[in-house]
Amino acid sequence: MSALKTREARDGYGEGLVKLAKAHKDVIAMDCDLGRSTRSFRITEVDKNRFFDMGIAEQDMLSTAAGMAKMGKTVFVNSFGVFVTGRAFDQIRQQVSLPKANVKVCGSSSGLTQGADGATHQSVVDVALMRNLPNMTVVVPADAKQAEEAVIALYDVKGPAYLRLSKHPTPDYIPETPAFKIGKAQVLRTGSDICLCGCGPVMYNVLAAADVLEKAGIKTGVVNFHTIKPLDVETVKSLAGKYKRIVSIEEHSILGGLGSALAEVIAGLEKGATLLRLGVPDTFGESGSGEELLAKYGLDTDGIVKSVKNLK
Amino acid sequence: MYQGKNETPDIKKLEELTVSIRRGILSALHAAGSGHPGGSLSMVEFLTALYFAELRHDPKNPDWEKRDRVFLSKGHAGPGLYSVLAEAGYFPKEELVTLRKLHSILQGHPHREKTPGIEISSGSLGQGLGAANGAALGLRLDGSDSRVFCILGDGELQEGSIWEAIMTSAHRKLDNLVAWVDYNNLQIDGTVEDVKGIAPLADKFKAFNWNVIEVDGHSIEAQLKALKKARETKGKPTVLIAKTVKGKGVCFMENKAEWHGVAPNTEQYEAAIKGLCIVNGPSKQQAENAEA
Repeated sequence: MSALKTREARDGYGEGLVKLAKAHKDVIAMDCDLGRSTRSFRITEVDKNRFFDMGIAEQDMLSTAAGMAKMGKTVFVNSFGVFVTGRAFDQIRQQVSLPKANVKVCGSSSGLTQGADGATHQSVVDVALMRNLPNMTVVVPADAKQAEEAVIALYDVKGPAYLRLSKHPTPDYIPETPAFKIGKAQVLRTGSDICLCGCGPVMYNVLAAADVLEKAGIKTGVVNFHTIKPLDVETVKSLAGKYKRIVSIEEHSILGGLGSALAEVIAGLEKGATLLRLGVPDTFGESGSGEELLAKYGLDTDGIVKSVKNLK
Repeated sequence: MYQGKNETPDIKKLEELTVSIRRGILSALHAAGSGHPGGSLSMVEFLTALYFAELRHDPKNPDWEKRDRVFLSKGHAGPGLYSVLAEAGYFPKEELVTLRKLHSILQGHPHREKTPGIEISSGSLGQGLGAANGAALGLRLDGSDSRVFCILGDGELQEGSIWEAIMTSAHRKLDNLVAWVDYNNLQIDGTVEDVKGIAPLADKFKAFNWNVIEVDGHSIEAQLKALKKARETKGKPTVLIAKTVKGKGVCFMENKAEWHGVAPNTEQYEAAIKGLCIVNGPSKQQAENAEA
């Protein structure tokens, strides 16, 4: 693993943003004093007049973005996931989601792998917050290349979106096919016993866990649900019919994220798979390295394998 | 279509319009049975001066690209703006009595997708000035000479996000932006000064690098003069701090916090309509209410 070149989703985001800004004059980026960390600052490589540092004022950034979107701009607002969704939630609700403003809310350094900064800085409920707002598209890319594809694809979604980005390094491991398409889950492996459904960089561990399980004789499917909303309901239904058990894996609270979205579909089926949700239980994060925290919550390869083997 | 920047409008005619606009507000609120008369009535003179003399807009083409934009940040005063929009011809006056009813184009608080002429959704306070900044920045990027007007409540200035936006307007030198503060000094729980004081407001805005104009909020002429000064000020945003009376124009509502969010019943409505007239300066009743 370590021999492979790794990148972070936020790096892919920066690449995508530069490409978009070159191609479209209406693309604007705003940040709250974290432009270098979130990579939003990279838009200045194209045009320094299209970057707005709003200072440490997330609510003001969202309101300003909503006003600018009214003027026909496609506005990417950036901060850490925990701040941009939490501090400015009401602005997102009233000024972005309700009037369908063309604002892309980009939550960087999201999840447990934000790491050593601890609970105040780790967004583990951001997907839950954004998913519950009407008109929102919610995308969680699994690697840097997918983040680049996602930011470019979101330009064509004329309306509100939440893009959850990570600083957890992985290789670009998601295959070229099936191609990334918003709203369409990617079936990466087909099995027959159990299906692992995840999102974000933790998918890297999911694929490694699938390898281990295959060797142990468990036929394991793997599906990347990079779009939490609109959820690919058809794929969920077909997986629930095909497999006996589905396991959701996400670097997010098990309340309100991908696992909950899958549960909402599966609960409505007359028969089908049962669901095990892996993620952060109803708790805050804490300091530690990203790898250590993933291991603590059973989201590393070993933890996923163990949870699957424990299934009766 | 209104080209705006009219420096010699017929003041008498504008004052007559205020009576019709207040009638519209009262009939909407009476029909709805709930809503916010106080802050709707207090901004009538300003909105009349704005929409019928200062603003470049076209009621028949609400999305006209070259229009000036009006952002009502204190969304609970929606009926005040609705009545002005109806008076200007954005939609028929008959719509006013559908306020707050199912399927109405006039939502309890403004919703930009429902009502012609409404630029932003508001109601949750403290957010309009930020959006106005964004629009002003966008217009500047596009090289447009359209301007942005933002209407703020005084109680609303207790929201921290407003002060973030106040910093942004000045930092970005948004001279294509004018804010108007409805300084009636009343909010639901009492006087603004008792609940959480905002004085000295002019000094605060000045300290934040704004051009500040204090103005009598019920004199059309004074508003027009202030708007002209705002137009001529370059390099910084302008705020008009308007001394107003909550419930202005309906004697028994004037200066009464309890009329913030209660609609008149039929008897009160009839009395209010009967008493409507052109207001200019403080009324006798208003002074009595203030003393009591």
